[in-house]
Amino acid sequence: MASTVLTDRRWIERGAERASLPQFLLWLAPWVVVLAVGIYAGGLCLYYGLNQTNMDNRFAFGLWIFFDLSIIALGAGAFFTGFLVYLLKRTDLRPILNTAVVVGFICYSGAVTILMIDVGQPLRAWFTFWYPNTHSMLTEITFCITCYLLVLSIEYLPILLRNRQLRKLPSFLVFEHQLHKLMPVLAGVGAFLSFFHQGSLGGLYGVLRGRPFAFRQGFFLWPSTFFLFILSAIASGPSFLILVTAAAEKVAGKRLVPREVFQRLAFISGALLGIYVIAKAIDTLIWLNITSPSLGFAPWQFYIYRPFGTSLLFVEIVLFGLIPALLLTYRRTAARRGWLLTAAGLACAGVVLNRFRLTIQTLALPTLAFDPFLQYTPSWQEVASFAGVIAYGVIVYSLSYRYLPLFVQLKGDRSHVSVD
Amino acid sequence: MSTRYGMVIDLDRCTGCGACMVACAAENNVPPLPQATSRTGLTPMLVRRVSNGMEGQARREVFIPILCMHCEHETPCVSVCPQQAVELDKGTGIVMQMPQRCLGCRYCMTACPYHARYFNWWDPAWPQGMEKSLNPGVAVRMRGVVEKCNLCHARLHSAKEKAAAAGKREIDPADYVPACVEACPTAAIQFGNLADKDDPVSREAHSPDAFRFLERIGTEPKVYYKSGEAWVRALKGSVSEVEVKRG
Repeated sequence: MASTVLTDRRWIERGAERASLPQFLLWLAPWVVVLAVGIYAGGLCLYYGLNQTNMDNRFAFGLWIFFDLSIIALGAGAFFTGFLVYLLKRTDLRPILNTAVVVGFICYSGAVTILMIDVGQPLRAWFTFWYPNTHSMLTEITFCITCYLLVLSIEYLPILLRNRQLRKLPSFLVFEHQLHKLMPVLAGVGAFLSFFHQGSLGGLYGVLRGRPFAFRQGFFLWPSTFFLFILSAIASGPSFLILVTAAAEKVAGKRLVPREVFQRLAFISGALLGIYVIAKAIDTLIWLNITSPSLGFAPWQFYIYRPFGTSLLFVEIVLFGLIPALLLTYRRTAARRGWLLTAAGLACAGVVLNRFRLTIQTLALPTLAFDPFLQYTPSWQEVASFAGVIAYGVIVYSLSYRYLPLFVQLKGDRSHVSVD
Repeated sequence: MSTRYGMVIDLDRCTGCGACMVACAAENNVPPLPQATSRTGLTPMLVRRVSNGMEGQARREVFIPILCMHCEHETPCVSVCPQQAVELDKGTGIVMQMPQRCLGCRYCMTACPYHARYFNWWDPAWPQGMEKSLNPGVAVRMRGVVEKCNLCHARLHSAKEKAAAAGKREIDPADYVPACVEACPTAAIQFGNLADKDDPVSREAHSPDAFRFLERIGTEPKVYYKSGEAWVRALKGSVSEVEVKRG
């Protein structure tokens, strides 16, 4: 055991304080169990087919699509931070950059994994590249997400190669140095791809003329949800980064990034959220008064089915939109850790609720006059796969935190400042 | 002039016997799927029962056969399919589904306002001996792909082959009739060329009692319905325009 600990220690950054190996393994154990159950559940779906889920011909999309749309929005902090640091030269955000890349990598790889289980014929995934329908939002999403995951993997690689043992290999060191030079280019490519696929995810439902609850008019090819999704993703992404880093600080028991970084992220998140709330409110008014009636649907009819009443609209726009926007932009509340985390949590909850309403509520609502309002409860296999991806995220982040220099600004990681 | 195949379904004649559903399943090799529920089965032709919501003597009911409406304009399922597994045949107006290319993403099912698309949740299987009754002209679809009504396209192929063998360019309309139309005992389902003004179906489609579901969303479905009952015609609107008992 002593030699194992010794070996483990040699992989940890010199001078960095980390939990002992048994403690770390104890922390990982429950997540590994959840991941194992998730892999088993996903395997059942791949082997026996999607009859293992509770989706059906009417509820053709379920928990997994909602999950995909949510984590891709929350993972937007990765590309947006890269965009701010490398392209807009906001170097004050550099301390959070590595953790943003890891969070982005986890979110996107998790989403792609779930997508592969969610299709009926995963082995035909390459058909989309071979026979692309350029009019389909899903084609745009497939291309952009695949390419961006590749970009994120390349961005993750230098962080990985900076591990204490790996960087001893001269070829790795040279490779890491060369990759580092590429980062501004990758950040630019990543930002381009991400703006498009975040928008395409909004367009996924926004173009559905046959689903008037989701259908939106827009500019040129793109419905308004295309632009709203980009805005909400870049608004909530920084908030999610604050939450993840704060959770890591809580577990580690010390501060990992300077307070100013949190405040800078909070302001960016709050300001963008404020713009999003205004845009969302205008979009909702246009939909209520023009789009929906023009298709023959009285919009308020969509809100008579419980629990999808108008209160949800209020919660999404005001409680999870306007209020966190104000709390995050107001300097005094953003400086208080409790308010900051509450506001960041509300902002993330807002984007998740928005994705839920667009994916799940849209399918539950009737279209034909004689359609019933539908209900859907995910099967244990769907929930377990969902939980498995979350466990995968926690494990990858924990390993990255333990063995890689995620928070580089703290020289030698000697900070013992306790979290207030 | 290109052909635009379509239907007019007279709801006042439909008795809800389900012969169209059975004929459709037999013609298109739809497996029985005893494990399926009302929401996971394969019913490219589905007869739905709808009432006017009243009780006692005032109660009225109607049977509505629902199938792919073969939308002509901005066909919702065609534009969304990421790998061109769905297409609108410009020569016939039939919305075609290619299960061999389908990824099973089900985006088309989400896009369809008529819920006329079905996913193969299970491997196709038939009771022992029943596989001998399969239609050799129609490929069996595998698990994990979407399917829907294609207006018995295999019959159109047969009609074209027959015409070609006789040295003709055009098919005889009598040689191409979908299975549901053929099986309907009350002749409630009429099939023909909507682009031909002299075709009886085209004339029926323009009768005052004819209507299409969700016409206002602008997809121009090619399946028309017909009824002398005002409350039945009112069903053409959206859920917010009419309150009925749903089934």
